[in-house]
Amino acid sequence: MIEVKDLHKAFGKAKGNRVVAVSGATFRARDGEITGLLGPNGAGKTTTLRCLYTLMQPDRGSVLVDGIDAAADPVAVRRRLGVLPDARGLYKRLTARENIAYFGRLHGLDEATIRARTDAAIAALDMADIADRQTEGFSQGQRVKTAIARALIHDPNNVILDEPTNGLDVMSTRAMREFLLRLKGEGRCVLFSSHIMQEVAALCDRIVVIAKGRVVADNTPQALREKTGESNLEDAFVKLIGSEEGLAA
Amino acid sequence: MKSSMVVFLKEVRENLRDRRTVINTLVTGPLMAPIIFVLLINTLVTRELDKAEKPLPLPVIGAEYAPNLVAALAQQDVEIKPAPADPERAVREQELDVVLRIPASYPGAWQKGEAAQVELIYDASQRDAGGAVARLRGMLEQYSSRTGSLRLLSRGLAPSILRPLSVAERDQSTPQSRSGNMFAMLPYFFILGGFIGGMALAIDTTAGERERQSLEPLLANPVPRWQILAGKLSATTAFAITTVLLSILAFALVGNFLPTEKIGMRLELGPRFVACTMLVMLPLAALLATLQTLVAAFAKSYREAQTYLSLLMFVPVIPTMMLSLMPVKAQMWMYATPLMGQQVIITRLMRGDPVPAQALALSFACTALAALLASMLTTRVYRSERLAISA
Repeated sequence: MIEVKDLHKAFGKAKGNRVVAVSGATFRARDGEITGLLGPNGAGKTTTLRCLYTLMQPDRGSVLVDGIDAAADPVAVRRRLGVLPDARGLYKRLTARENIAYFGRLHGLDEATIRARTDAAIAALDMADIADRQTEGFSQGQRVKTAIARALIHDPNNVILDEPTNGLDVMSTRAMREFLLRLKGEGRCVLFSSHIMQEVAALCDRIVVIAKGRVVADNTPQALREKTGESNLEDAFVKLIGSEEGLAA
Repeated sequence: MKSSMVVFLKEVRENLRDRRTVINTLVTGPLMAPIIFVLLINTLVTRELDKAEKPLPLPVIGAEYAPNLVAALAQQDVEIKPAPADPERAVREQELDVVLRIPASYPGAWQKGEAAQVELIYDASQRDAGGAVARLRGMLEQYSSRTGSLRLLSRGLAPSILRPLSVAERDQSTPQSRSGNMFAMLPYFFILGGFIGGMALAIDTTAGERERQSLEPLLANPVPRWQILAGKLSATTAFAITTVLLSILAFALVGNFLPTEKIGMRLELGPRFVACTMLVMLPLAALLATLQTLVAAFAKSYREAQTYLSLLMFVPVIPTMMLSLMPVKAQMWMYATPLMGQQVIITRLMRGDPVPAQALALSFACTALAALLASMLTTRVYRSERLAISA
């Protein structure tokens, strides 16, 4: 379970170039559900997620992961999170398996556990053919698979993914959706950001719409449609954020 | 500390797979000092030997005015040549090293027993000509004092009247100490070796990691940042130290084959040199690796980091230049200053001079302390949010 309360984050010190990325975001992502963080480009999605996995410290407000305060114990919070950030670079001179094992060791797992979990992830993500290749020259899809496998090596209860389908082709996108549903089926708390309507509509139990750093709606897809009076979720979304910017699906 | 070890092992393994890094660490860096010195010494030895043995070619203007002088010079292996039309220009344009001009007034003054003037035309800024000028001046002075003595004797006076003071020189330099000046640059090449060895990792683990977007996922792991940084710093330091140690060994081996005796020099490159040099270079390699990491951490890309680090490479030249331009007596504060301490100690070791144990300890401790401070500073930089974000 991930709880965000009144999160504020701004960049730049001088008054002229001060950019407020998040101002007062509050929402909750529950276990056994997929929560979508939906918003146009520049709405503050990535910054919000970065505060969640403690890469950034919020100016104000709090983040709780399974009840642990991120400000008080960031390491414990990171231990409970599996993170696929927007940046998902691999070490190109290491094989996919070695990339995954590196993160496993950083989590303090023993070699037998790492091996077993890696094998399971390789099977689940259908990447047996690339597992022992150095990652230089991997396709976008192969890279994302490796990045996910290493992010989940410690079997975290909470999974955060920043635009997980970014740059993936149709087949890989479908595989990713199935994978997210599987994580949900395992009872995990899945939180992902996206600016793509169809994706959010197809997957999420709950949608948090974020615009200009604020949460403008937080509900089930059905409830959002009813609230805005639009039968189409895309129209509902446009109505919520009050503009048509950045809606290219 | 276990996490630091994981990071260390991963960085080492990954970089050992990069052929360019391995070649730089194990071959280019270590061989740089020996190769440059072999070339330098060989050129120098060949030139010195050439000069000492060869007859000195000397264009003379007005040789007919002073046949005795010219004959005396010819006896001392001087090759008398006809003078060019414009000797000043020929010297300026480095066609000739030195020209002797005997003016028409010479015979008159000589006969009357007055000081007869001869002119040496040369260019003092031409280092290469210095030897020839000094040699010729020596011969002329010798000729002058011999003639003077003869004149005094013919008047019944003892020649010593003109020489109330006789100077006898007792040079205390040894073949080892004479080579000290020439090898003052050597410590810099060891330092440079460390730079080359640590360069690839310093960039790869910081700016490189950011550029290939792997830093953010790495920092999402439940490991405090300072532990990640400690692993990275140790890996960079390990590569730098490997290069430095190989560099010292290679020089100690090759240095014994340098023909330094031929120019009256000798290097002390025994086990004591190797052991003490390694000892004082260890913390310095760590300090440099940390500084490289610190500088590279500020760079946004691999390329930018390379530019910064190339500039950083010039910093260690400063103490080397200072000490070779104004050779001063080694003092305790010098040993305590990183870079300078190594410079002084290594130079003294090579000359076979004693280096007190306190000096070694002081240099080691102070440089290690500087390395520690630098790594604390780097850790601070690593705590900033801006650093973690790739784009």
